[in-house]
Amino acid sequence: MAEKEVWITGVGLLSSLGEGLDTHWDALGAKRVNADEKRLAPYVIHPIAPVSFDAQIPKKGDQRQMEMWQRIGTYAAGLALDSAGVKGNQEILSRMDMIIAAGGGERDLNVDLAIMNADAQGKLPPALLNEKLMNELRPTLFLAQLSNLLAGNIAIVHGVCGTSRTFMGEEAASIDAARIAVARIGAGQSDIALVGAAHNGDRGDLLMLYSFGDFALKDQHTSVWARRNNPGFAIGSAGAFLVMESREHAEARGAKPYAKLTKVVADLAKRKQPGAVTQSLQAMWPQLGVNDANTMLITGATGAEPATAEEREFLGQHPGLAVRATGTTFGHTMEAQFPLGLALAALSISRGALYPANDPTGLEVEKTEAPTQIVVLGVGHWQGEGMALVEAVK
Amino acid sequence: MTAPRDKFGRPIVVVTGMGIVTSLGGGKTDNWKRLSAGESGIKTVTRFPLDSMKTTMAGAVDFVTVDPFSSTSLSQRLAEIAAEEALEQSGIGSKGDFPGPLFLAVAPIETEWPQRLEVARDVPTKDFGIIEYLATCSGGKFAHFHRRFTFGSVALSLAETFGTKGSPISLSTACASGATAIQLGVEAIRRGETDATLCIATDGSVNPEAMVRFSLLSALSTQNDPPQGASKPFSKNRDGFVMAEGAGALVLESYDAAIARGARILGVVAGCGELTDSFHRTRSAPDGKPAIGCVRKTLADAGMEPEQIDHINAHGTSTPENDKMEYLATAAVFGEHTKNIPVSSNKSMVGHTISAAGAVEAIFSLLTLEHQRIPPTINYEVPDPAIPFDVVGNKARDAKVTAVMSNSFGFGGQNASLILTREPA
Repeated sequence: MAEKEVWITGVGLLSSLGEGLDTHWDALGAKRVNADEKRLAPYVIHPIAPVSFDAQIPKKGDQRQMEMWQRIGTYAAGLALDSAGVKGNQEILSRMDMIIAAGGGERDLNVDLAIMNADAQGKLPPALLNEKLMNELRPTLFLAQLSNLLAGNIAIVHGVCGTSRTFMGEEAASIDAARIAVARIGAGQSDIALVGAAHNGDRGDLLMLYSFGDFALKDQHTSVWARRNNPGFAIGSAGAFLVMESREHAEARGAKPYAKLTKVVADLAKRKQPGAVTQSLQAMWPQLGVNDANTMLITGATGAEPATAEEREFLGQHPGLAVRATGTTFGHTMEAQFPLGLALAALSISRGALYPANDPTGLEVEKTEAPTQIVVLGVGHWQGEGMALVEAVK
Repeated sequence: MTAPRDKFGRPIVVVTGMGIVTSLGGGKTDNWKRLSAGESGIKTVTRFPLDSMKTTMAGAVDFVTVDPFSSTSLSQRLAEIAAEEALEQSGIGSKGDFPGPLFLAVAPIETEWPQRLEVARDVPTKDFGIIEYLATCSGGKFAHFHRRFTFGSVALSLAETFGTKGSPISLSTACASGATAIQLGVEAIRRGETDATLCIATDGSVNPEAMVRFSLLSALSTQNDPPQGASKPFSKNRDGFVMAEGAGALVLESYDAAIARGARILGVVAGCGELTDSFHRTRSAPDGKPAIGCVRKTLADAGMEPEQIDHINAHGTSTPENDKMEYLATAAVFGEHTKNIPVSSNKSMVGHTISAAGAVEAIFSLLTLEHQRIPPTINYEVPDPAIPFDVVGNKARDAKVTAVMSNSFGFGGQNASLILTREPA
């Protein structure tokens, strides 16, 4: 049975650069970067741009029930539904499938630090941990943290109620979210789906996990391609959502595509072996069936090593590709890395241009032709690799 | 010969291997023996101090140990034990070389308290803030905590151990996670992407913070004494669920592939359905519409009529709200037939294994089909008149069972149901 064509008919973006597609297009054109080297110094982060959440989350009560990552995601999901022209369309929303890639929500750092300090000073007998948690944790904080509650909030606020699945597992979660959505639509198991992720980088508690592995960028923001001597990722903030649907479904409701999502492939390289990431990317590349000369590539390269060096090795074998790294501009948005790439690819195709390079090392080169094929590349900082092919609709 | 495709022309998905660990024990044999005897695995928690806790019992799996302890490591170990049993029964592939993808239902992961505190004790400054703390986190001494507490860590380890193919998917749909893992496996086989999938659901979350968090939401039973009496689904005096640990693993295969390699077919996943409830973050819509829709979608997916369901393995958490809503939804779909359907909740004995529950209960449903015996709902002493189910109370019941519906309804509006049958329809 022939697979159905999958169109991207809605794109929602909220990031450190602002909200909406025009804002992003202008900021990318102006090579604007919003990095903060002071808030959590020495760690470099990309905080979310100021936004009034009321526009997409009208009830203050809903906003109060969420932590920042959920507000970012619920907001961007609303933008995507608006852009697809399905916002408030109950008939469609009630059968719309949803696949979200999510980590966990913010912890109450004050409570955590008080407990940790008490323990470090020998003032926390084991029994007291319970008491402190029972007395000091906000009951609703749990719901602001649970991975599947971003999807839950999107259902409540926007009424996306067909199915709801939350994938976890850092960068790979969002590659797989796109892969499964495309496979389901392609096979006729789904007509229309909301796919995306949200990440808030302005979080000391989140830096803990990445500090264990020394992955977080310190001191100074640079292009991800210029971090060989000071590797690491600057944690980014973004909500990136896409409405994907079968061509038939989109045409029947008169929806216009930004682009089509032709293929998504994913892998789990055995990274204990040096070079495994390069080999994984080499093995996936032919599955996309693209030609270097007329292809552009948007990568979520993080700047963390050795993953970025191995990715660079792969890119070095394709010198003709026009490459753009979202990591330089947006930081590393973890679960949102891949949908952010997909969103920018769809946006570029719909605007008939690839935005300018922003890279003093010269790895990114200018390309003036209108893009017809953009490969989106995602390499996890620790595990998981994937690629997607976004194409202009003929 | 039975048709290799279902009535919608899709590959039929069969189960060829099952593995299970719960508070009742390790393995299908022990679990079934104790479950059908009406024994409880709920005990007073001994893993950590219980001071200040309103709830003091759980279905913790204490006979499996991991060192150093973390809920994440325990979840992984439980998943391994269940998967080993399922793979051995299935006989598919070879050791460390499973010929298909992994779908893993697992609780959200974060750095846990023992590890947080271990780092805290290493911070050189007094009254430290987050930046000083982060400085101590880095430097490589605690690099193993990154490996342990990334969200993808359990799936990565399982994929390496069992040699599953492609990118492993870790998922959370709260209390429906186990059912979602099975559903993703079924869909992949129906798409013809693969002949086999390994679906695992695991939960090792009995730790102080998780217990406090559920307790603060008033979700847990506080009837601590005796602990085995706490979980009483469908009873008038039920007051909450009991946290529990466990894992379930299923090898799913296309009927064709299973027959071709001469595998024993343990049952069929005839239908899956899912429908989101947008009413509230923790509560179900009072009219039960989303759950009703979920059950209807599942019947439609299986191409079955309500009258063909002859047993419901209920979500039956023993919370006041869930059990009532589950009855309303069931009655709305099954109408007059409701009273003919024996209903039981495994959670009365094993507790609520949360992320694992959907798979654990799917396996119990398949064992019910195999043994033609419905395990009881224990502690059913004071039936709730508002829930006039035919509850299989306190003692197992022999019955002709051909098709079981297994329900999972969770926080965040997650509803998922499965229909399991003995033979292909």
